[in-house]
Amino acid sequence: MGTHRFVSCLLLYGGLLLGASVLAQSPPRYGVGRTPTAEELRALDISIGPDGAELPPGRGTAKEGAQLFTSKGCAACHGANGTGGRAPELKSKDGPGVDTWERGRILPVRAPFATTVWDYINRAMPLGREGTLTPNEVYSLTAFLLSINEVIPEDQVLDDQSLPKVKMPIGNNYASLPDWKPNTRRLRGYPY
Amino acid sequence: MGSRRRDRRELLKSGAAMVGGLTFGAVMPAMGQTPSPTFIRGNKDQIAYGDRSHFVTSVRIPHGGRPSPDPFGLVFHVATPLQDSVGVITPSSLHYVATTRGSFIPDIDPREHRLMIHGMVDRPLTFTIEDLKRLPSVTRLHFIECAGNRSTPRAKTIQESHGMTSCAEWTGVLLSTLLKECGVKGGPSWFVAEGAEEVKGASSMPFAKAMDDVIVAYGMNGEAVRPQQGFPLRLMVPGFEGIFSTKYLRRVKLVDRYYMNYNDYGHLQDDAKNAALGYQVGPKSVITFPSAGQQLPGKGFYEISGLAWSGGGAIRRVEVSTDDGKHWMDAEFKGTPQRKAHTRFGCPWNWDGKETVLLSRCTDELGQVQPTRAQVAKFFNVPLGEVPGLDNTIQPWRIASDGSVQNGHA
Repeated sequence: MGTHRFVSCLLLYGGLLLGASVLAQSPPRYGVGRTPTAEELRALDISIGPDGAELPPGRGTAKEGAQLFTSKGCAACHGANGTGGRAPELKSKDGPGVDTWERGRILPVRAPFATTVWDYINRAMPLGREGTLTPNEVYSLTAFLLSINEVIPEDQVLDDQSLPKVKMPIGNNYASLPDWKPNTRRLRGYPY
Repeated sequence: MGSRRRDRRELLKSGAAMVGGLTFGAVMPAMGQTPSPTFIRGNKDQIAYGDRSHFVTSVRIPHGGRPSPDPFGLVFHVATPLQDSVGVITPSSLHYVATTRGSFIPDIDPREHRLMIHGMVDRPLTFTIEDLKRLPSVTRLHFIECAGNRSTPRAKTIQESHGMTSCAEWTGVLLSTLLKECGVKGGPSWFVAEGAEEVKGASSMPFAKAMDDVIVAYGMNGEAVRPQQGFPLRLMVPGFEGIFSTKYLRRVKLVDRYYMNYNDYGHLQDDAKNAALGYQVGPKSVITFPSAGQQLPGKGFYEISGLAWSGGGAIRRVEVSTDDGKHWMDAEFKGTPQRKAHTRFGCPWNWDGKETVLLSRCTDELGQVQPTRAQVAKFFNVPLGEVPGLDNTIQPWRIASDGSVQNGHA
């Protein structure tokens, strides 16, 4: 009897330990859904974060980007040198000496990370043929846009290592993001 | 001619009602003279999927001065006719539309569509629409409002000043249910949601929001989400600015930092106070009747009717002023206010025929009160009329002595 109790205690204790370690991994509750393959994950994960972890291998320069800017049709909407077209301005009229917030909402100038520029060209350009650019082409076009705005030198090679290291003009000169919590007013001290 | 006939008919009807109680037989000749209505001939399409009466002509309009659709068929912003709204649900056909840029509406086969959840999880998972419909669901009323829903002196109607908000009943699976199924790992602080349309619109949002009340919605107003609203899946992000409610949802990634994708960079501010207003929509109300562009036929009784909503939760109180803010009275709720949903209010009013200004202001469950433009200008020390964040200020409607209603900001 005593032994039985001891054994069942052990089982219970062991079971709890097992339960705890499984909880740390939180088991699926419904068992619905399928595990994506590594290939599916790679193909779909086009969000490029500031550290560039998701960047594919590749390289490009402003010189190559300048040619692509015309051959891929970018210039037709954005203007020959990224300015004066129907689509958003891509070249700042002001030099790097002017405060970034005064230079207008120009992606390769105001974006806090070069990865933001790469990400948008890759996911959303050119209009009507989105997703058709190769990684090398996206690196080249990014280099071109950063170069014409004097963010990087004309001869700098951009790749998955150098792109996240580019120092953008805005630096960290932007307001911290909302520290949102449920059931909380938008702004402390703001009665509205 | 038509109006004379209506007058005569109404006279006959009221006469009939008066006499009806006394002698039934006396009514008959009057009824016999009432012309019967024409009929709508039944046809297969009308039986399969009904239409509204052709006498009802309320429609959406392009918003912000850009044509929609444009000559290529691209869709831009489109505003809801709030001036004709009743109750709190916007019919799906009249729900406002906004796109991250002018775009074609993607024609997605729901059998081919997948939602992938990955990043800081124990198990990345891919769901079909059928998978999602097997899981425990929620059905909730929620508004959406575009950050650009701003009243200007140029607005001639409430559709132009406030039409970029709508409210629908959304059905789907809580995002938190799906994230628990994947197992959250390593303390993510943000998540990225992404659509399947040509621009692959993506936004970073606080992880706390994902675990709070975000819905992966496949249903809207009792049927599948409409293509203009994100068919077959829309991420419904209650109370946040409309752009976060990601259409054509194909991917959710849990991450440990703000990802600074294109939409994110567009939200950057140089001032922390402005930035803090960026996600959650403030308390807001507007009188839909009478509103600018409408015409009161004369003095006498009217029920003032309007909508109130807040990204902070449920509306607790709506007050109405019929004398430009000198006196305020509590409005009555039509139904129970739902959290982060349009709430219909009403207020009796006897118009004396004199020029006046109508106002409404609301208070939400957090105690936030809808401000006037003067209060906003004072708090932020900005010129009158400048409103940081989504414009939630009180809208004045000016009633002229001839019964015409105009924008009080004009």
